[in-house]
Amino acid sequence: MIWQVDFWLLVILIITALVALSVHDLLAAVVALAAYSFFVALLFSQAGAIDVAFVEATLGAGISGVLFIVVLLLTRRRSED
Amino acid sequence: MIKQHYQSIVIQTVCSLLIPFIQLFALYVIIHGHYGPGGGFQGGVLLAVSIILQRLYLGSKISYRKFSPKMALAFGAIGMLIFGFAGVVPLAFGGAFLDYENLPIFWVHGAELRALGILIVEIGIGLAVFGTLVLIFDSLVGERW
Repeated sequence: MIWQVDFWLLVILIITALVALSVHDLLAAVVALAAYSFFVALLFSQAGAIDVAFVEATLGAGISGVLFIVVLLLTRRRSED
Repeated sequence: MIKQHYQSIVIQTVCSLLIPFIQLFALYVIIHGHYGPGGGFQGGVLLAVSIILQRLYLGSKISYRKFSPKMALAFGAIGMLIFGFAGVVPLAFGGAFLDYENLPIFWVHGAELRALGILIVEIGIGLAVFGTLVLIFDSLVGERW
């Protein structure tokens, strides 16, 4: 545990979460969400939970991004709120 | 939705090269699951990712012929059955539920039998997750089977 690495990973994590919430282009929001879960995976592996980090990297950054993009192709690309 | 080939030679070549290596890595993760990080769930997700990548670049028309959603359903059901039998069979041989030491594999004993039971359960979980994720993708896309 190196606290500088933890701190900056946490800062980037919060920034990607805010970007995913605030952006209007939904494809960009999906990409920001994939980046968010990749940084969660880095944070987990930094904390020593390699197994959980592996699940987060495959499911969060891999499968769920693809599923969100497929849903996005069936609807419109921009959000209205 | 995605019916045709993706019209780019770069993407076709890279995907067709990448898919066998993803599947090999998935098998490694499943088999190696009880020694290190990884296991049935992660390996199953990686296998499903390889099939979904094939669906994305080949289009559903050809990809359903190579690996149909009915096969995904069968894989998921078989994985669930393997898990269920690994749980129930030790009950019939005098153990508790999921008590691998009482599996009826008579030429392996003790700790080795327990490790083998973990491997059997991991394979079951991997197949179940693989079939279920491919089925989720297929029913989300909504093509006719």
